Amino acid sequence: MEVTFQFDWAAAFRSIPHLLPGIPWTLLISFGGLAIGFFIGIFFGLLRISPIRWLRWPAILYIEVFRGTPILVQVLFIFYGLPQLLGGPINALTAGIAAIAINSGAYISEVVRGGVQSIERGQREAGLSLGLSRSQAFRYIIWPQAFRRMIPPLGNQGIISIKDTSLFSVIGVGELVRQGQIYIATTFTALEVYFMVALMYLAITWSLSIALRLLERKGLVGQ
Amino acid sequence: MTESVSNPIVRMAKVNKHFGSLHVLKDIDLQVKPGEVVVVIGASGSGKSTLIRCINGLEEFQEGHIEVDGNELLPDGRSSKALQRIRTEVGMVFQQFNLFPHLSVLDNVTLAPMKVRGWNRADAVKTGERLLDRVGISDQAIKYPSQLSGGQQQRVALARALAMEPRLMLFDEPTSALDPEMIGEVLDAMRELAREGMTMIIVTHEMGFAREVADRVIFIHQGQILEEAPPADLFDNPRHERTQSFLSRVLKH
Repeated sequence: MEVTFQFDWAAAFRSIPHLLPGIPWTLLISFGGLAIGFFIGIFFGLLRISPIRWLRWPAILYIEVFRGTPILVQVLFIFYGLPQLLGGPINALTAGIAAIAINSGAYISEVVRGGVQSIERGQREAGLSLGLSRSQAFRYIIWPQAFRRMIPPLGNQGIISIKDTSLFSVIGVGELVRQGQIYIATTFTALEVYFMVALMYLAITWSLSIALRLLERKGLVGQ
Repeated sequence: MTESVSNPIVRMAKVNKHFGSLHVLKDIDLQVKPGEVVVVIGASGSGKSTLIRCINGLEEFQEGHIEVDGNELLPDGRSSKALQRIRTEVGMVFQQFNLFPHLSVLDNVTLAPMKVRGWNRADAVKTGERLLDRVGISDQAIKYPSQLSGGQQQRVALARALAMEPRLMLFDEPTSALDPEMIGEVLDAMRELAREGMTMIIVTHEMGFAREVADRVIFIHQGQILEEAPPADLFDNPRHERTQSFLSRVLKH
C-alpha cells in the first residue's frame, strides 16, 4: 500500500477567498473583547491593590474565577447557559466578545497590579512631598510609568486572546477556524486549509507584535 | 529649648513612633525657628530619617504633636487637610533623588507648581528655568533624568522642591548615594540656599559641612535626641559619651 499525499498549493490558494471573511470576525471578537477587558483589568487591577481590604476581596474573587476556568467553558456557559437564566438567546458574537473580555480582564488585572506595584515607593513619596494629592501622584507619576512597563505583558495577552477566539468556532461564530471548517466540509482539503488558517493567525499576531515593538521603542524615551 | 522669642516653624512635642515592637522615636522634642539650619546626625538606624519624614507625613507617628507653620499633624495620619497644606509648604530632597524618569528635567520642576499651585505653564516654566539656572543645570532642561549624572540629578531634585516656594526644606541624606566627586556640587547648592536664609533640616554624614553650615546639630541615638548644640560645641566638646564615641568613629577617617 502506497500513500503519496502531496501538499496541493493550488487548493491552498483556492481556499483564501473562502477564509478571508473570517478575519473581520476574528479581529472584531478579539479586539472588541480586549478593549473591554482592558478597562475591566484596570478596574479590578487597581481594586486588587486598594489599601481597603474589603475592596480587594471582590477583585481577588474575580481574578481567581476567570483565570482559573477554561475560556472554552466560559464561552459555552455564556452562550448555552446564560440564556436559561435570562430567558432569551444571546447571539454568538456577543458571547464571544464577552468571553474574551472577562477572560482577558482577569489576566490584565494582574498585569495592571504588577505594573503599578513595580514603581519604586520613592516616586510616590516624591510626588506627595511636593504637595500632590494621592490621586494626582497616581495619575501624573505612577500610572504613566506603570503603563510603559505593562506594554509587553499586555501584548502577550493580546496575542493569547486572538488565538483564543479560534475556540469560538464551537458556538458557530463565523471566525477564521469556522470558515475553514465550512470550506473543508465540501472540499476535503484539511491539510491545505488549516495551514492557510494558521498562516492568517500568524499574520495577525505578527502585525500586533511589530506594532507593540514600535510603541515600546517610542515609550522608552528617557527611561 | 530656651529660644521662644520668634515663633518656631517646626514644633515637635513628645513625639513617639512605634514600628511593631520597635520603638523608633522616643519622646522627640524639637523646635526649629525660621531661617535656622539644623543638622541631624547619628548612626544608621538611629531614627534620624524617620524623624524628618514625620514632619511632612511620609511616616506616621503614634503619640505627641507636630506643628508645621501653624498646621497641626495628628497621630496615626489622622490629618489630611493639614498634611496637604504642610506638604505644599515643605520641600524634601531624598537620598535616591526620586526624580520622575518619564518627565524631562523641566517637566520634573514644573509639574507640582502647575498641578498643586495652579500656575499656568508659562509662569511655571519661567520659574523652573530660573531655578535650574540657579543650581547650574539650565542647559539640561530638555533632557531626561537618566541622561544626567547623580550630582546633576540631585540638583534637579533640589530645584524641583524649590519650585513650590517652600518655607522649610528637609534633606534626607542628600549626598549618600553620590559618587565622591559629585558630593561637592550638591553641598555647594545647599550652602547657597542656607546663605539665602532658607530654613533647613538636614540629615547627613557630612560632618565638615555640618560644622560649617549648621546653626545647631542634633545627635540622635536609638530614637532619642541625646544632645543638641551649636556645631562647634557639639563637635569639639561632646558632653554625652555616646556622642563622643559616634564622633570618634566618623571623624577618624
